[in-house]
Amino acid sequence: MTASAHGPTASEYVVHHLTHLNTLGGPQKHIVDFSVLNLDTLFYSVLLGVLTVYLLYRAAKKATSGVPTRFQAAVEILVEMVADQAKGVIHSAESRKFVAPLGLTVFLWILFMNTMDLLPVDLLPRIWEGVYAAMGGDPHHAYMRVVPTADVNATLGMSIGVLLICLYYNVKIKGFGGWLHELFTAPFGSHPVLYPVNFLMQIIEFLAKTLSHGLRLFGNMYAGELIFILIALLGGTATVLGFVGHVLAGTAWAIFHILIIVLQAFIFMMLTLVYVGQAHEGH
Amino acid sequence: MNLNATLIAQLVVFFILGWFTMKYVWPPIVKALDERSAKIAEGLAAADKAKADLALAEKKAVEELRKAREEAAQLRAAADKQIAKLMEEARAEAARLIAQAREAAEQEARAAVERIKDDLREEVARLAVAGAERILRREIDAKAHAELLANLKQELV
Repeated sequence: MTASAHGPTASEYVVHHLTHLNTLGGPQKHIVDFSVLNLDTLFYSVLLGVLTVYLLYRAAKKATSGVPTRFQAAVEILVEMVADQAKGVIHSAESRKFVAPLGLTVFLWILFMNTMDLLPVDLLPRIWEGVYAAMGGDPHHAYMRVVPTADVNATLGMSIGVLLICLYYNVKIKGFGGWLHELFTAPFGSHPVLYPVNFLMQIIEFLAKTLSHGLRLFGNMYAGELIFILIALLGGTATVLGFVGHVLAGTAWAIFHILIIVLQAFIFMMLTLVYVGQAHEGH
Repeated sequence: MNLNATLIAQLVVFFILGWFTMKYVWPPIVKALDERSAKIAEGLAAADKAKADLALAEKKAVEELRKAREEAAQLRAAADKQIAKLMEEARAEAARLIAQAREAAEQEARAAVERIKDDLREEVARLAVAGAERILRREIDAKAHAELLANLKQELV
């Protein structure tokens, strides 16, 4: 693609790539607008979520105590890994029955969603542009982002899910009264003067946990995606330097990104387990 | 980065996927893993037991062999003793038979000697009487001198 008069400028290219395919048909005007849905994020996250549970389900259906196939062994390694981690941080076997499977799903699901980052940045959006144009739309408004975890709604949605689980276990393990008592007496101690301070600290703790949980994953994947877009811009200059730079930088960043993809998925899963484990313990 | 209803949708999907895994994925896999662990543990225990059994059987075999050898040795010793005893008895029997035979022969010989001596004595007496008769002719009455002749016979013993 030459930088002809019809081509987008670098800024237009980046903005185009960072705009979601949503129910508005264009960029969202307000920071918070709960009447809007990001269709691309939903599509890819549900697709990959279904793929995740389908693969796991296939492994589960064929699971025998005999000699495992390679696929079965691979799934079993994951299950053992998550089960071991869960055993380390959640001491209630009853809670593990839900939280450990959730951890497994979350790990694989996020791993798949993150891996979408390794597809060429223009591949799926370009196909969508063609499809959109064929349907009679303006290809300049054919938006698509393929990495669901680079959408803050997806990551915060999951971290709020973890928060809800934590609240549930807080009430379940300590009783509603016990939990209220803890809200006002921990971490500084039981004294009427300290009640507001304690409560404030607890609220900040819940907020910080949830926000950092979701934004950590979002930030990593968003930054990764943006760097891929910038590297693609380098290739878009259609010069020898740009081409060589694109190949070298793209290769290096993609290889490094493999680490980030797995690491972030693992961190999200571990923090899910740790936060739920903390909900089981009194301060 | 705009917040919108995608957040709620993702939250719902999150719980559905978690629920699905909890219900249909996790239990069969964990069950299979546990069963396999149990199987492997069983196999290892069986192998250990087999090894112990083998060692025991070997020990038993050695013991049996030792016992058999001892028994054989005992039997041989008993047989040797029996043979020696039979030989001893046979030898004693033979010796007794020989002694008996010798005794009988000696007796017979002695009887024969006796008989010959008697015959000789009779002959001598008869010869003596005949001689004396010849010498004395008519003077000797065989009947009157029978006592004298018997005495003479006695002296010749």
